[in-house]
Amino acid sequence: MGERGVGVGRSANLPRGLVDRFRARDGVWPDDTGCSMLHVDMDAFYASVEIRDRPELAGKPVIVGGSTNRGVVAAANYLAREFGVRSAMPIAHARRLAPHAVFVSPNFARYQEVSRGVMAIFRDITPLVEPLSLDEAFLDVSGALKRMRSSPAQIAQLIRAQVEQAHGITCSVGVAPTKFLAKLASGMCKPDGLMVVPRTEVLSFLHPLPVSALWGVGQRTAEQLDRVGLETVADVAATPLPRLRRLIGVALAEHLHALAQGHDDRPVVPSTREKSIGAEETFEIDHFDRELLRRELLRLAERSTATLRSRGLRGRTVSIKVRFADFTTITRSKTLRVATDVTQEVYKTASTLLDEQVPPGAVRLIGVRIEQLVEGDDGEQLMFDAPERGWREAEQAADQARSRFGKAAIRPASLLTQGPSRSGHDEPKPDRES
Amino acid sequence: MKIRVERDGLADAVAWVARSLPSRPPVPVLGGVLLDAGAEDGSGEALTVSGFDYEVSAQCGVPATIADGGKALVSGRLLADITKALPNHPVEIAVDGSRMTISCGSARFSLPTMPVEDYPQLPSMPQLAGELPGEIFGEAVAQVAVAAGKDDTLPMLTGVRLEIGEGKVTLVATDRFRLAMREFPWEPNESLGEVAVLVPAKTLNDSAKTLGASGAKIELSLAANDGLLGLSGTGRRTTTRLLDADFPKYRQLLPTEHSAAAIIEVDALVQAIKRVSLVAERGTQVRLEFVDSSLRLSAGGDDEGSAEEELPVDYTGDAVTIAFNPTYLLEGLQAVRTPRAHLSFTTPSRPALLKPVDEDGNVAPGYLYLLMPVRLPG
Repeated sequence: MGERGVGVGRSANLPRGLVDRFRARDGVWPDDTGCSMLHVDMDAFYASVEIRDRPELAGKPVIVGGSTNRGVVAAANYLAREFGVRSAMPIAHARRLAPHAVFVSPNFARYQEVSRGVMAIFRDITPLVEPLSLDEAFLDVSGALKRMRSSPAQIAQLIRAQVEQAHGITCSVGVAPTKFLAKLASGMCKPDGLMVVPRTEVLSFLHPLPVSALWGVGQRTAEQLDRVGLETVADVAATPLPRLRRLIGVALAEHLHALAQGHDDRPVVPSTREKSIGAEETFEIDHFDRELLRRELLRLAERSTATLRSRGLRGRTVSIKVRFADFTTITRSKTLRVATDVTQEVYKTASTLLDEQVPPGAVRLIGVRIEQLVEGDDGEQLMFDAPERGWREAEQAADQARSRFGKAAIRPASLLTQGPSRSGHDEPKPDRES
Repeated sequence: MKIRVERDGLADAVAWVARSLPSRPPVPVLGGVLLDAGAEDGSGEALTVSGFDYEVSAQCGVPATIADGGKALVSGRLLADITKALPNHPVEIAVDGSRMTISCGSARFSLPTMPVEDYPQLPSMPQLAGELPGEIFGEAVAQVAVAAGKDDTLPMLTGVRLEIGEGKVTLVATDRFRLAMREFPWEPNESLGEVAVLVPAKTLNDSAKTLGASGAKIELSLAANDGLLGLSGTGRRTTTRLLDADFPKYRQLLPTEHSAAAIIEVDALVQAIKRVSLVAERGTQVRLEFVDSSLRLSAGGDDEGSAEEELPVDYTGDAVTIAFNPTYLLEGLQAVRTPRAHLSFTTPSRPALLKPVDEDGNVAPGYLYLLMPVRLPG
């Protein structure tokens, strides 16, 4: 959610008039020459998708989040936000603030699908698309300007129109000479807005903002700066760099000083691809029992492949990692002929590796990892005798059931018994290419 | 043992025998090569070089001058490396106690020997099934073995099925993604009858290639019940264990009809596939788009870069886009071994069939390569 990370964005704490000055109105916007960075942010994305799919929710406060009171708010539409509901707030708290709101459990597979469609619209305009999450991305449109005989703000309006037409949801776009400014601008014109920060007015846009608007300023840094009277971005920009260094440290000082002058030369880096996805488990006590270890491999394979499937990825190499009681650690891998996202295939490969290549001993940690990832839409090598519907389809159906009824809804039968005690750190973690 | 032998003959024989030895033998003697001087083959003046690891055996005779007969077992890989590097002079081999001395020109090697008593008896050649024309057999095996699987966890797919019967030989292999089949007429010895066996593809391909290279006849020996196949010719013989596994029922996979077909210039298409697949990251598919008399090849996408190329083609059928793994398609095109090939298919998710085309433009019988496509997203 774009709203979560940025310190501004709710107009309450912004200087009056600033938003109106840069926001597009009635098809008119400030000079966008040289503003080739776009930040596109979907408005209350999960909630908007739910409302679009269920028209009876329109006009009501809608809160997307875990169905029990132990969950947190994943998204809230703007009507719900009027009651003070925010992302990441405990559901129980949100219920107290907005008792009449409609609470909806999230369907991430659905959001993923819509997100892919939206990102495809961006990629039709420029290959330089850097997704930050399912619902926001940076675009560098400098190359597209000439080809499309268009200006950055016109392209932004085109994107907004196409997203609304194709997917029935709205987004807000910041248009600016740098990434940082574009992201600030999209946050300030929400919802369903467009804001342009002209090249020549970067400082008049930036300087009235509170220091918390600067990327990298959290609550603690804001307090440190406030204590010496630095409240606005202008204050930071006017502070000599040596003094700033003494206040908050060299690295952060130089970073903030540059941002406060409007400098930010980060380029748009097209989507970083994950290198591998896996999960591992440290046991509370060491285990010799191969049957138990194999069951653990199935559980870890299930988790990892569910992550693969949810990201539309498949992998060719399956590796296992085994750490023995004396901390010697081995990894063994096998490369498949065809990339897979099927739990049963990953499990079968992993347990063969365990049987054939791991010597007996007391095991402290075991892990499964899938490497050599390819985008799921790379196409699928067909086989002569494969049934039309097999494990893959069964697992996709199980994913759907889990997304509706929770993680425990469907599990392999062999995992229904109580597993061994764990230390807890086993969520699938992407390992990103730099 | 004390013998004198020509350098080239020795080096060739040792290299051929050592080629089938396991790289990590379960016991050291199985990684050895047995030198037997004065073996009872009638002439008396011959050295026999043998290797055996219970799966594959190989034996090769080399003319030699024998001063003292005898047997010695030494590391096969080491002996192969040494003989290959020797200068071009006669080689003298002598065994004294537990060491073997190899002298050639001014070079001298002293190797430890292994106990001959621990070495297994090589299987005797099974019953002769008949003689095969070496070049045809070598080519046929190579055309088929390309489609065999390399994954040992699916042993039935790592073999070439050899069927003998009705005046012909049929060779088939499949890894479930493609299937290659070659038939040629052959009259075996009368006593053989109809038989079908599964031979490890890599071993069969190596043996058929090396034995058939000189254009000589290859003798095929078979003991299907004992699970053993033998090939011999030009002073060399090899046996291999048959795979004890059920080959997939493949006849039902062969399509009986098609709705679209193209006559393809093999070399031009091979070159074009190699070019466009440069952008096909990690072996992802190449797309073949047939429209009227043109074939448009493309690969890649926005992220990794894309490539396309257009070729003229003799095509009948509706416009269609079908995608393949570029490696599988290239291997098929190169296995056809004619300048032109016939590619036919029905839909983009059903198998495509590649066949050789003769000089008159007609489909030539005897070979086929069946290939499953890649299903495109969406």
